[in-house]
Amino acid sequence: MSMKALPNQQVFADTLLELAHADRDILVVTSDSRGSGKLVAFGDQLPQQIIEVGIAEQNLVGVASGLAAAGKKVFAVSPACFLTIRALEQIKNDVAYSDRPVRLVGISAGLSYGMLGSTHHSLHDYAALRCINNIDIIAPADNFETREAVKAVINHPRPVYLRFGKKDMPHLHKPDQTFEIGKAITLRDGDDVTIIAIGEPTARAVAAADLLAADGLSCRVISMHTLRPFDTAAVINAAQTSRALITVEEHSVHGGLGEAVASLLFQRGLMLPFKIVGIPDEYTVTGDQHDIFDHYGISADGLAQTARQLLRLEVAR
Amino acid sequence: MVTDKLDTQQLKLQSIAYRETILEIIHKGRAGHTAGSLSCVDILNVLYNHVMDITPENFGTVNRDHYIQSKGHSVEALYSVLADQGFFAREQLLAEINTPYSHFVGHPTRKVPGVEHNTGALGHGLSVAVGLALAAKLDGRAYRVFTLLGDGELAEGSSWEASMTAAHYNLDNLVVIVDRNTLQITGRTEEVNALEPLADKFTAFGYAVRKVDGNDIAALVAALDSVPFVAGKPSLLLARTVKGKGVSFMEDVKAWHHKVPTDEQLAAALAELAAARAALEQTV
Repeated sequence: MSMKALPNQQVFADTLLELAHADRDILVVTSDSRGSGKLVAFGDQLPQQIIEVGIAEQNLVGVASGLAAAGKKVFAVSPACFLTIRALEQIKNDVAYSDRPVRLVGISAGLSYGMLGSTHHSLHDYAALRCINNIDIIAPADNFETREAVKAVINHPRPVYLRFGKKDMPHLHKPDQTFEIGKAITLRDGDDVTIIAIGEPTARAVAAADLLAADGLSCRVISMHTLRPFDTAAVINAAQTSRALITVEEHSVHGGLGEAVASLLFQRGLMLPFKIVGIPDEYTVTGDQHDIFDHYGISADGLAQTARQLLRLEVAR
Repeated sequence: MVTDKLDTQQLKLQSIAYRETILEIIHKGRAGHTAGSLSCVDILNVLYNHVMDITPENFGTVNRDHYIQSKGHSVEALYSVLADQGFFAREQLLAEINTPYSHFVGHPTRKVPGVEHNTGALGHGLSVAVGLALAAKLDGRAYRVFTLLGDGELAEGSSWEASMTAAHYNLDNLVVIVDRNTLQITGRTEEVNALEPLADKFTAFGYAVRKVDGNDIAALVAALDSVPFVAGKPSLLLARTVKGKGVSFMEDVKAWHHKVPTDEQLAAALAELAAARAALEQTV
């Protein structure tokens, strides 16, 4: 396994190419998106296994459903911002409601397109898909989780949405780590505060844990790579064994990981100092992904500060 | 491929039987898309009884013909035909239509035996049909894909996205049939959002286009026997139909889009259909 930090969507494309060489039923469907999806090599090596439909996301999802109905293992790849809103009715009816196990792949997800602005940001997709029945949601944090998620969904019996960004992602896992859809991974242990993270902010949560350790605070970091099925046991355990809880996601604070955790805990009667870190109810400030992360506290400093506030342990820095 | 093909006379009689079932289930279920089901049922009749290789026995397999009803609101026509084809009993349909917990709901779902895709939101079926047809080309399979579109639904842009893909991949195993009854819920299609010149538009999008009287069984048989119309091109059959066809007081009347017949109207409609059957049987 290469330890070079790569964009998750590059690892997605590399993994899929490897798998598709051995399985001609694996098909990629793209909407003029093979370049941004890092699928040029796939198209060159396996031209019979890539279907181009042009810039037409609704058609992309419908065609993918028809291919899946014929038994194909379909990956419908398109920028997350367009795929999950433009084609939302096709996702609902032609994939989820019709129960066709299409693998929808949102690339350049979240704030990956940074400076291109809010048309190109996908900060709504968890919310949009969480309230649609029969579609699993996976947002890997690093290259390892990406590779394992792609392998895991090849024979997945249900529709699934995979979300990948375009920035290099540092490795977060132990070499012997295993991966299972719907099973959260504890990256760091600790019992003062727990940060539950999903997707690319997870690396920043780990960095925050390092800052907090320097203050003598132990911080658990959980990689919640799967939003559905949701690892409720991991969340409940974190709430019962931590003094404070933070969620962090590259998404609106509405309808994503944070509200999923809040809903679960409140209905179980579990109360503790808690903060949802994400993008507030506004179109973001201009910036690259890291600028926007920093602005909204999705950063090592920001998350550590939030942890200290929750623990009422303000430390002058 | 179809072993027990009905002759034209038998098909005409079958259409009358389907119309009776459509009216009875809409009357029984107190809801339904009456006129649109009556306009397209001759097309479904010819497809299921003369053209397509789809049976309860082969339905679970891929290598047989496929049918996607994009105009999902005309589900009563589909239910009537599927019951006759043996996917479920007509008595079960009549007992369960629009009852709580039943799968016989107002738009088709795969919970009902014989239904391939959940439709009802318009502009979806053609893309799915394109995907199925594309898979056959990729795998060198001989099956064909048929899809029925309403004319009102052609305002949905996704139908045109899918049309471009169908032509781009030379899907001559795809047959698109448009139920051109010229009425939608608000009024004439040409007054709501003009579609014409429709044949020219489809030709420009890369289809081999033919026009047919979509309520004329013999004409439908002749047209659908000759697909693909042109090798290497998707076929488009522009089927001119009459909404409410077969019941004089429903024909081409906007109000019957989803109107439910009263007891008296049902009796009058069934009497008309009985008379049509008697007249048809006289001609033998």
